[in-house]
Amino acid sequence: MATTQEWKITAKDIAEKPDILMPGHRACAGCGPAHALRLVMKAIRGPTIVTEATGCMEVVTSIYPYTSWAVPWLHTAFETSAANASGIEAALKVLKRKGKLKQEHVDVIAIAGDGGTFDIGFQALSGAVERGHDFLFVLYDNEAYMNTGIQRSGGTPMGAATTTTPAGSVMPGKLQHKKPIADIMVAHGMEYVASASPYYWKDLLQKVRRGLEVEGPAFLHLFAPCPRGWRTDPAKTINYSKLAVESCVFPVYEVVNGKYTLSTPSKLIALAPQKKKPVADYLKGQGRYRHLFAPQNKHMLDEIQRWTDERWAKLQQKVEQTA
Amino acid sequence: MSSKDKGWKEIAPAGVSPKSSIGFMTGDWKTYMPVRDLEKCTTCLMCVLYCPEGAVRWRPEMGKIEFDYSFCKGCGICANECPTKAITMKLPEKEDE
Repeated sequence: MATTQEWKITAKDIAEKPDILMPGHRACAGCGPAHALRLVMKAIRGPTIVTEATGCMEVVTSIYPYTSWAVPWLHTAFETSAANASGIEAALKVLKRKGKLKQEHVDVIAIAGDGGTFDIGFQALSGAVERGHDFLFVLYDNEAYMNTGIQRSGGTPMGAATTTTPAGSVMPGKLQHKKPIADIMVAHGMEYVASASPYYWKDLLQKVRRGLEVEGPAFLHLFAPCPRGWRTDPAKTINYSKLAVESCVFPVYEVVNGKYTLSTPSKLIALAPQKKKPVADYLKGQGRYRHLFAPQNKHMLDEIQRWTDERWAKLQQKVEQTA
Repeated sequence: MSSKDKGWKEIAPAGVSPKSSIGFMTGDWKTYMPVRDLEKCTTCLMCVLYCPEGAVRWRPEMGKIEFDYSFCKGCGICANECPTKAITMKLPEKEDE
């Protein structure tokens, strides 16, 4: 992984790089996933093939007859982004063996939303990782099926109101906690698993590059606020991706061969626990959590805080245990 | 073109999007447009990095930041994230004035 250290990332270098996810895509104003993927595509190191699961980013970037991708791009069905990546990688291997591949190496990036990873695409992802194909799986987590009208997914956090878990007199939003997808991926014995938030762009770009450099499967969990689904101000998208890290709702860390390390933004909070913000700071202002601030739903708010603290403590424990 | 003209080996293997979305202007979606105060701007490039559209561009040859209003959807992220508050969101002036 020496090349990552040598790779200088300054705002100027990144700003000078051409956009691989080109303007003109039809994402909503202030779209978190569009911003996150734009940054991801700035970190590629050479010839790259992208394959996507059905989801917001697939739909908005490929409305016929337009495409927003400046690299080869493939979409087939909802559950297949990891299966596509396996096929592409296997085909590249064969072409190389037969001497028909001009490029020395071609990177494969599979992109999927939380629906295409937590729920629908999970078996394909698990299989592809087990077979050990060389690809980077990027999960942009906007915490519900936003494209079809904000339905709950396995990635929707507790208490969030969606159209299938509406907040009201019957229930206070989604009743279950979010699936710990990064832990599940670590349990596959992968070489590289990481989580990143787009506010910390440098950290995100480094993680994408490290994921590409790994020979074998790599998994990157990206936090991507959705102004439409979260009922937030489009201008605050980046702000929420910062608050999620500061309140430890979404800590940023890396797992290399089972060894946990906190990335700088989360490490600073671990070193100075007084800097950790209460979860309520992150939840307020989001329309999907509005009902939690009513007196009768205080138990939900307390439970979210308890669960967040518990997961943060567990993560710190893992860092210590594997150090 | 009827299906008799080409066999399955000749036709495209899948749906292909032939045009670049650079030709699809999304700029008319916006209500407010970002306006930059050049005196306050320190060229830190945060607006370029945080724009979800790629509508704020860095022109190294001129050393300038350029706002491409033909793609800007007016979300206001650049104004919100600007460390020196050099960007404000304003209603565009009417063209007929």
